[in-house]
Amino acid sequence: MMYYTGIDIGSTASKVVVLDSEKMVANFVIPTGWNSKDTSREIARRLGEMGYPIDENNKVLATGYGRISVEYAQKVVTEITCHGRGGYAIVGEDCTIIDIGGQDTKVITVEKGVSTNFLMNDKCAAGTGKFLEIMANRLNVDLKELYELAEQGTPLAISAMCTVFAESEVISHIGSGERREDIAAGVVDSVVKRVAGLVSRHAVKGRLVLTGGLSECPYLIRRLSERVGREIYAEPLGRYAGALGAALIARDGKKVK
Amino acid sequence: MDNALKLPADFETYPEARKAGFLRMKALKDSGAKVVGMFCSFVPYELIYAAGALPVGLCAFTDEPIPAAEANLPRNLCPLIKASYGFALTDTCPYFYFSDLVVGETTCDGKKKMFELLNEIKETHVMQLPHSRDGAALEFWKGQVIAFKEKLEQKFSVTITEEDIRKAIKQKNRERRVMKDFLELGKLDPAPLSGYEMGTRIDAGMFSFDLDERCDIIEKRTAEVKAEWEATKKGTPSTRPRLLVTGCPNAGVREKIIRAVEEMGADIVAFDTCNGIREKVELVDENNPDVYEALAIKYLNINCSVMSPNQSRMDYIRQMVEEYNIDGVIEIVLQSCHTYDVEAYYVKKLVVEELDKAYLNIETDYSQSDKGQLSTRLAAFLETIDR
Repeated sequence: MMYYTGIDIGSTASKVVVLDSEKMVANFVIPTGWNSKDTSREIARRLGEMGYPIDENNKVLATGYGRISVEYAQKVVTEITCHGRGGYAIVGEDCTIIDIGGQDTKVITVEKGVSTNFLMNDKCAAGTGKFLEIMANRLNVDLKELYELAEQGTPLAISAMCTVFAESEVISHIGSGERREDIAAGVVDSVVKRVAGLVSRHAVKGRLVLTGGLSECPYLIRRLSERVGREIYAEPLGRYAGALGAALIARDGKKVK
Repeated sequence: MDNALKLPADFETYPEARKAGFLRMKALKDSGAKVVGMFCSFVPYELIYAAGALPVGLCAFTDEPIPAAEANLPRNLCPLIKASYGFALTDTCPYFYFSDLVVGETTCDGKKKMFELLNEIKETHVMQLPHSRDGAALEFWKGQVIAFKEKLEQKFSVTITEEDIRKAIKQKNRERRVMKDFLELGKLDPAPLSGYEMGTRIDAGMFSFDLDERCDIIEKRTAEVKAEWEATKKGTPSTRPRLLVTGCPNAGVREKIIRAVEEMGADIVAFDTCNGIREKVELVDENNPDVYEALAIKYLNINCSVMSPNQSRMDYIRQMVEEYNIDGVIEIVLQSCHTYDVEAYYVKKLVVEELDKAYLNIETDYSQSDKGQLSTRLAAFLETIDR
């Protein structure tokens, strides 16, 4: 039996998808940590345990910012192409993918499974998952708790364009005794504003689909839909879009079969 | 796949050529040459030659002197402006040092205000460039061309005759034709040489101060490349995407963008930039009885984004995409360059909606800190192009 493994080494989390010739047979996520070479070795170890060892029957394609650290990958492709391909497989039609990553945010047009156009914010942490991580830290909660808090809050204004200054605003909100729920909602809202700004600069085609770790935050999806003025689709597999795309390219090549 | 650039044995990088020019310039100065430092293709070179002086480019392409410049200039300013001023302020650019006079122009806001500060260090004559191309603008600009001629006469105690100017126009037109022929090698498919080499040679040419010699070197290289292409490349299909580079001057980001994308497997075959073909396409009319008007018309027609409106740049990009058989356009915007940044709206619209080609906009500066992100973007951009 041949297996096809997609490994997406993101700045925060590393996602893995294994396919056989027909379907997905395994998927898991681990934190990237500080050394993506170690992370890729840990992934190989786990794959071995699960019965998909790195050998001549397993074609591996790596993507994500740490893609070159996966020494056993036969091929590397950028996350833009992989997210497009994976997102297309999840949605099943031409669409526009929003991927809020740990260190950048991208909007990708996907036609027939191929990424044809993209826009990227990679200059600034505001509007990325990194911003949420920093703010969650400041509020002394983890990301999941941050999303839950946000659900129950009324967003406070966080106006700064820059993560560092926005953090100061959060500190002054904390200092003046604002509710944690409202601050959390304000934090998520601030990301929503930035992402919506990026989306508005891109010609959206088809459905808007959110991939990446934030596709697990219903509050963000709701607020982003309101701001963009269109429905945003998020699928349970959204987080794995990059890894799934990588595995699909490993199996079928660049064009959708 | 071996994607390393193939460069001829005698190839000099831009920093190497710049350095090699120092000694030539010193020798020229020692033998009495007069030197005019300049920044921009809007300045009529012909007048400098007609005054018996040598023009030298002072636009800076490295981030080294930027921290020093930021003592007097805001951080949030174009790196080219900061670096150029920084070299002058720290007295670390021999070309600035050897310049008897500096000439600036009111192209963008950042530069025109920087020239006021520069004038404190060395006499800087500023040409007031209008930003439109109507009759009144042309009349005004012609006045500025004449004022610059008078400035040169006064500075160097010479008389510049119309005959001197006509002679310089012919010389400079020859250079434009030679450079254009060289840059148009990019029309050949498959690409006969790297965009990295093309761009470097055009910029480095500024540091060989003898115009005829400069032309001879480029003519020889054009012939060589053509012959090699005929013999080894003609008729062999290539899957490498053919790219057009547009936007700001790119010498300061040549390694991290141009070389990087070519080493990833693309060919940069055309440059719509001030260090590319933009200034070479239109010659100065040698038959116009009014030499000042002839100069004014040519220079006012340069398609820089400081002009408003600037439809002619869009028309030219459209034409280049067709003539060079372009698959994708990379627009390079130097940080805080408002005019290119805003005009990118029209470029993107033209390229994506009208021409249906791939478009990538990169905003960057002279630092190396975004190399990793840039390489992801460039690789992803190439993956979106199916050739």
